[in-house]
Amino acid sequence: MKFSLVIHSSPVSQQSAMTAYRYAKCLLDEGHQIFRVFYYGDGVLVANQQIAPPQDEDNLPELWQTLAKDHELDLVVCIAAAVKRGVLDANEAKRYEKPGANLAQGFELSGLGQLAEAIAVSDRVITFGA
Amino acid sequence: MDNKKSVLILNQSPPYSTSKARESLDVALTCSIFEMPVSLAFIGDGVLQLLKGQDPSCLNMKKHEAMLTALPMYDIENIFVTQSALSSNGLSAEDLAIPVKVIADKGLSDLIQQHDAVLTF
Repeated sequence: MKFSLVIHSSPVSQQSAMTAYRYAKCLLDEGHQIFRVFYYGDGVLVANQQIAPPQDEDNLPELWQTLAKDHELDLVVCIAAAVKRGVLDANEAKRYEKPGANLAQGFELSGLGQLAEAIAVSDRVITFGA
Repeated sequence: MDNKKSVLILNQSPPYSTSKARESLDVALTCSIFEMPVSLAFIGDGVLQLLKGQDPSCLNMKKHEAMLTALPMYDIENIFVTQSALSSNGLSAEDLAIPVKVIADKGLSDLIQQHDAVLTF
């Protein structure tokens, strides 16, 4: 089956952000397909490459990056939610005259149209952290 | 792209304490622009988003109620509220800013079944 995930939870303060990752991993292990992961609300913080969790805790941005690399996942971060929270790619950093970009590799900033498309083409859309 | 997929957006968050209500509306309007049939359901404290006479000016926030008036322009007319959402907040349908269909709680599962995708906010 083709799945898409919508993740609202903050990677640093809400457990469901980790549940979403584990769910994604499980889907892939079971042979399902993930069309897209869409990060919205505080979920976009996962794409901040400056996140530095304590060494004995999971590093969700890195976990997603590895999973995305291994399975060619499409990790899309809502651009409006991201810019508001200071998650910027080079273009946005320039546009808003900020000192630097911090979007982690493997993630892409884009609009809500990407979510609509994910809904349209996926068999299942699962929300985390609502 | 299959534009025919119907979307049910479940709203359980009150209007001003988080950004959920606003984000939900943005998704509803976007899906509608992509010609997907959109229904909205308000459960629990989500029903407070629909209250008549909201005045969040002291919070320096925009009136959620005013944004709801955009819904008919986007052909979003299927708006559901559960009976328990109303009664647990001491409200009736007349207290709401827009016309809604009041459903029994068990009607919610039918609603979920009738739609291709469900998003929760």
